[in-house]
Amino acid sequence: MSLKTILLLIPLLPLAAAAIAGLLRKQVGRAGSHWVAILGVGVSFLLSAWVLYQQIFLGMETQNITIYTWMISGGVHFEVGFLIDHLTTLMMTVVTFVSLMVHIYTIGYMATDPGYQRFFSYIALFTFSMLMLVMSNNFMQLFFGWEAVGLVSYLLIGFWFDRESAIYAGLKAFLVNRVGDFGFLLGIAAVLYSFGSLDYATVFAAAPGIAGKTVTLIPGMEWQWITVICICLFIGAMGKSAQAPLHVWLPDSMEGPTPISALIHAATMVTAGIFMVARMSPLFELSDAALSFVMLIGAVTALGMGLVGIVQNDIKRVIAYSTLSQLGYMTVALGVSAYSAAIFHLMTHAFFKALLFLGAGSVIIALHHQQDMRYMGGLRKQMPITWITAWVGTLALIGFPFMSGFYSKDSIIEAVAESSRWGSEVAYWSVLLGVLITSFYSFRLLYLTFHGQPRYRVDVGAGEHPPDGVVQHAPHESPWVVTVPLILLAIPSIVIGYLLIGPVLFEGWLSDAISVLPHNNVLEHAAENFHGPVAMAKHAIGTAPFWLMITGFVLATFIYQFRPALADFFKQKLPGIYRLLENKYYFDELYQKLFISRSVRIGRGLWKKVDAGVIDGGLVNGSARLMGNLAARIRVWQSGYLFHYAFAMIAGLIGILAIWVVL
Amino acid sequence: MASNWPILSILIWLPILGGLAILTVGNQRAPLARVMALVISILVFVFSIFMLMAFDPSTAAMKFSELSPWIAAFNVNYHLGVDGFSVPLILLTTFFGVLVVIAGWEVIQERVQQYMAAFLIMEGLMVGVFSALDALLFYVFFEAMLIPMFLLIGMWGGPRRVYATIKFFLYTFLGSVFMLIGLIYLYIQSGTWSILEWQDFPLTLEVQKWLFLGFLAAFSVKIPMWPVHTWLPDAHVEAPTGGSVILAAIMLKIGGYGFIRFSLPITPDAAAALDWLIIALSLITVVYIGFVALVQEDMKKLIAYSSISHMGFVTLGLFIAFAIFQNSDGGEGAALGVEGAMVQMISHGFISGALFLCVGVLYDRLHSRMIVDYGGVAHTMPWFAAFAVLFFMANSGLPGTSGFVGEFMVILAAFQANFWYAFLASLTLILGAAYSLWLVKRVIFGPVGSKKVAKLEDINAREALVLGTLAVAVLLLGLWPEPLVNLMHASVDQLLAHIQQPKFTMAGN
Amino acid sequence: MLTLAHFLSLGAILFCLGVAGIFLNRKNVIILLMCIELMLLAVNMNFVAFSRFLGNMDGQVFVFFILTVAASEAAIGLAILVVLFRNRRTINVAELDELKG
Repeated sequence: MSLKTILLLIPLLPLAAAAIAGLLRKQVGRAGSHWVAILGVGVSFLLSAWVLYQQIFLGMETQNITIYTWMISGGVHFEVGFLIDHLTTLMMTVVTFVSLMVHIYTIGYMATDPGYQRFFSYIALFTFSMLMLVMSNNFMQLFFGWEAVGLVSYLLIGFWFDRESAIYAGLKAFLVNRVGDFGFLLGIAAVLYSFGSLDYATVFAAAPGIAGKTVTLIPGMEWQWITVICICLFIGAMGKSAQAPLHVWLPDSMEGPTPISALIHAATMVTAGIFMVARMSPLFELSDAALSFVMLIGAVTALGMGLVGIVQNDIKRVIAYSTLSQLGYMTVALGVSAYSAAIFHLMTHAFFKALLFLGAGSVIIALHHQQDMRYMGGLRKQMPITWITAWVGTLALIGFPFMSGFYSKDSIIEAVAESSRWGSEVAYWSVLLGVLITSFYSFRLLYLTFHGQPRYRVDVGAGEHPPDGVVQHAPHESPWVVTVPLILLAIPSIVIGYLLIGPVLFEGWLSDAISVLPHNNVLEHAAENFHGPVAMAKHAIGTAPFWLMITGFVLATFIYQFRPALADFFKQKLPGIYRLLENKYYFDELYQKLFISRSVRIGRGLWKKVDAGVIDGGLVNGSARLMGNLAARIRVWQSGYLFHYAFAMIAGLIGILAIWVVL
Repeated sequence: MASNWPILSILIWLPILGGLAILTVGNQRAPLARVMALVISILVFVFSIFMLMAFDPSTAAMKFSELSPWIAAFNVNYHLGVDGFSVPLILLTTFFGVLVVIAGWEVIQERVQQYMAAFLIMEGLMVGVFSALDALLFYVFFEAMLIPMFLLIGMWGGPRRVYATIKFFLYTFLGSVFMLIGLIYLYIQSGTWSILEWQDFPLTLEVQKWLFLGFLAAFSVKIPMWPVHTWLPDAHVEAPTGGSVILAAIMLKIGGYGFIRFSLPITPDAAAALDWLIIALSLITVVYIGFVALVQEDMKKLIAYSSISHMGFVTLGLFIAFAIFQNSDGGEGAALGVEGAMVQMISHGFISGALFLCVGVLYDRLHSRMIVDYGGVAHTMPWFAAFAVLFFMANSGLPGTSGFVGEFMVILAAFQANFWYAFLASLTLILGAAYSLWLVKRVIFGPVGSKKVAKLEDINAREALVLGTLAVAVLLLGLWPEPLVNLMHASVDQLLAHIQQPKFTMAGN
Repeated sequence: MLTLAHFLSLGAILFCLGVAGIFLNRKNVIILLMCIELMLLAVNMNFVAFSRFLGNMDGQVFVFFILTVAASEAAIGLAILVVLFRNRRTINVAELDELKG
């Protein structure tokens, strides 16, 4: 098998699996569909790992392969192809691995769902789309993958399509993403206009050439071309990676089944924006203004969304806000030119956040789809594996030394501290405070879910849909198809940072994909001080982030383990802040008023007033009415009497004769 | 395949004569009428495939030309020929010719032979429009085509069909009368009706402007553009499913084709001078109609409005060429725009046809087009839901479906003309998704809306065949548009080279 | 001595009588038919007079044609009248206003 065939198989196997599971659902049955999907994604993972192995140990070169010519028009070759460098392979491996775990987990999670085959079809299709996105060697295909993952996300959020809230959330996710894609598409158009090509290699090679060019879009304001391009592209990333103010769809997307929240809305799809900006680093590097914009957006998201996470009660929503906050961290890293730190955090986050989500899912199954943490508690005894893996995930998330999250997050904080970009102080304080908040809400979640006394009641006769706080059966540990993925994800959550920080961050493993201008290289200083992962972890103990993390832990332990009343006390003492956070800064209400209601009003106004009123009522039917009125006047002349007509004829004859004689 | 066959005449007259033959079958023998219609339409489609295979896309010259005198006294000829612009549209026509016959198979129970005959005759006339190279012949086909459509809406239409038919007829007729005046003027000046000769006939800018406005009157109604679009929603709502399909999939394209065949090459300087007008109207069409589509309560009306909005891309793609010539040295983006407009026409044919067929499927079962009467259709009709979601996604321009290709090309080209053109055009990304998916949310998803919805049956094999064929077409065109685009390269290049040559200098004195 | 003018005057008077009869009469359709005949006769009068004074027989030939046509007209007219009466039970001109707009 040639390399091209192997690379083609990687995305096409999940696609074939999706087609079989989806179209032949009756024929293959439930077991058949999950075997097909797992086989497709599993082989895809093995092949990705093989490519990674080739790159690491056998020094495989960057591959830029054209599969076929999509279209030639206007002198531009639109092609479908793969660019396989270290960045791509890293993403491919992470995506297929997490996807495989989620596939296995789904067997347990969706065991009784009537849409079993459909679900497998969707997630396999998602894997295909995501692979197309990361493997692309041009903007067009990137956009294809970009929208395709959006489509699958839409379908999966609305998977339980008889729930009004789920389909609403799906629609919302798609539309908010479309707002981002609107910017993204303009960015792609700008790229084509500036470089005459959509091919990465061509564009990146030509990028420095337009560095000085400016453009006047609004009279009186002159902008750098490259800034316009980068900001347009980044708007796309804001939509997909849920950065404020386009973040509103992600919390609602938790309406989807939990495996999806883990795979799409935590580990892979939402990080597509981060991946994209890192991929575009040769462009972004040229525009300090755009990078400052990126950094500040990330800082706002990292801090602001973490705060909201503190007051949420839905276990999945807490993790969702945590995801938003972590995505903010990655965006900040991008903004300070620490692209590889962003990608590194993306990778570690993919493992530990998928782990946390799947753990939450395990709890949710045990409690029969109860997601409210106020009705949980004390589950550590019944669910030891879930409990331990949740601890692993939490420690990784808060950045406890030696855990994977520690290495990635600490590198980001250090990079921000090093940066001298405009606004980097704000970003620094945001990410620093973010550590405290992350630690606080993470332990809050752990304590409320697994520790303390149970706040639910077991009532065998509670019926099919018991009220909140009542479950039919006592919770117990989930089956092995659920726990095995938890364990398999917990392992990289612990060790992956330790293993990879050196090569990925400091030894330039990603340098074939990511380019950083020398004066922007904030990781250089960290690289000089880097003496292996152990030294880094030892060094970190005692620094500000470490103490902030401990503070968060202590606060959460104190409040939720020892003084539960304290939480309510704060709630009552600070009602303004609490309400602001509980309502997520009123973004939804604002958008509802500002855009949705207004669009509907505009639409209705244009339709009823202009279309039906002016055009149809005035011009179209108006001219018909004019004719009618005129005819009504003239018809009186038609008396129907023969003698009137005869008289008119003769009068006319005489008239004509008279004119003839006179002339 | 004998290359000297009068293939275009066959494509025109076979369905027309076949349609007349079906008329003689009589009311009692509906099955025979259906089979005859199917055989004839398939035969026509096969012939059009032969034409495609024999078509040589490497030159812009007219292929398969036929020329014989028709009304010698006025130098009117029966002149046919096709180039890269007409071939895709003819194929679209013959393709849908087969589909509407299948789609109307069991649905139409009254006067079957007349229904089928109307479609076949219309098919032949539309092929005639796309292949006529004599302006009078074009005009005859252009107007004659209205008659079967008029009858279709008037006889098999909904409750307000009389209003809709008269509105449809008068609207389009009013527009084309202005074109007729222009055509007669051109004949008097040049002494010929040949469209090709007119393209090289020198005209002053002033005259060109009047002619351009005359053509605009005819084609802007047909395509349609804001503000002369209001006939379309009414016609669609009242038309039977097959009528809506043909109307949306092919008839609207005649407007776009007219711009390509008449406005641009015959009056290029006027087009250059007045391109701001068309661009402004196109952008208004895209955005304004997008908002209007958002609030529609009738599914067919919503799709009709979305059609108008999508056709805005066609006119935009065609007329940004002049701004691109000025903006960039090569002006290669102009080809992207024109080809994008063509792709958009073909793709919109597939998608809007499919969407109207989807609504038809629901209407046949529940006899309602109102969104509020549905909800949760996915529960009872999973296969239908899958198709509908695919087509609505294509309608909102999802990459990988044909809906994306045309919009993508036009937006890329519009950016080269002006940032703000692209900005406004891209709004369709949001608006298109909003109205398409909001409809999907209310109709397809959600809890089962009513007892009637709970009793719905999923699509049968015939409907699955029609929708499946279209789904394949939509995906194929989305994943690999190269064969289609390749057909028209030469013609597009020639058109663009032609419209860059000022004509009025030749007419100077 | 009778001159051409006398004949023409008589023709004109007859013609005017016919015309006046058509639009003054509100009673009977038969009178309308008679008036038409009268107008045709007036024309005949002119033809014959001119023929006589110009010495050309063409005019008199024409008169024969007109007489023939007038006769058939009267026949058709009366036939219509009979049908009209059968349907409407009246031939009163004032009541025949089917064409009223």
